Amino acid sequence: MTPPRRKRRQPQQLPPPPPPLPKPADGEENPRYPERLYTIAGTADGGRAELDLVTLIVSRSGPPPSASPEEAAVLRLCTAPLSVAELSAYLNLPFSAMTVLITELITTELVQARAPIVRQSVPDRSLLEAVMHGLQRL
Amino acid sequence: MDFNGSDTIPGPRTEDHLPHTAQSAVKIVIVGGFGVGKTTMVGSVSEIRPLTTEETMTQAGIGVDDNYGSESKTATTVAMDFGRISITDKLVLYLFGTPGQERFWFLWNGLFEGALGAVVLVDTRRLEVSFDVMGRLEERGVPFVVAVNSFPDAPRYPIEELRTALDLAPEIPIMDCDVRRRASSKEVLMTLMRFLHSLALSGALT
Repeated sequence: MTPPRRKRRQPQQLPPPPPPLPKPADGEENPRYPERLYTIAGTADGGRAELDLVTLIVSRSGPPPSASPEEAAVLRLCTAPLSVAELSAYLNLPFSAMTVLITELITTELVQARAPIVRQSVPDRSLLEAVMHGLQRL
Repeated sequence: MDFNGSDTIPGPRTEDHLPHTAQSAVKIVIVGGFGVGKTTMVGSVSEIRPLTTEETMTQAGIGVDDNYGSESKTATTVAMDFGRISITDKLVLYLFGTPGQERFWFLWNGLFEGALGAVVLVDTRRLEVSFDVMGRLEERGVPFVVAVNSFPDAPRYPIEELRTALDLAPEIPIMDCDVRRRASSKEVLMTLMRFLHSLALSGALT
């Protein structure tokens, strides 16, 4: 028996993928999803911080009295650094909803975001070696 | 969802807290067809119980095939299981497993773009389900290795026959693995890292 065969593809200049569609803006009712959770954090312009799934979020202070319950939850969870993905999982919010909420908290200086290290055109060998050493100890 | 009782929000166990010195994170993505063992692999090496994050996509942003004639936008939830490995007290590695339909993975902004690399898990019973994702990784220049998860009832092919069938570039590592075993999953990740390191040395990464 021979396995099915594939044809290799070449690197392409692809257009950037479309942004995820959930918008914090109002309107745009979707009857199948009445609970549009992204409306929980409404930034006026809908702008968002550049947040990756693995951006680490750390609280700068405890929740102020003005914090919404969701914001307070994030601030409590982030007393130790926690990735946006983990916050999304623990709070049971979609990633894009989470980024809206965190953007608000960054704007009000309640949390600090520690950017991830992403794949570079000139890869950082010492980073790769550090990861290898860390994995080796598993 | 009730956020009023903050005590009801689950969080990490105390022993799962990252140290305050954690400065940055990197990620590796594990891709493959349904049931090929992505979550098992994440779980076998993760220091935390695997968690799930979700994103909502709409069909309108996807522009394909199986919804012809449909004018209405429908939302699709894409879920991803992930785990974590502390590398040093400053650096954390996250592993993302991507279940569901592969065409959605690539709409998740930054998932692959920022990743150090990817592991393509294949099941020899359904080799062809990995073809499209491998092509997309190639198109985007995301470096990857291929790990053949050994299922007892799966056809066995010599690795070189699989390399030919998958039309892998000669430098791309391909190996057998049993993702239920931590040592085996770790070896897959180490193989990816060694591959990335060799690319870095040769300056071949663009």
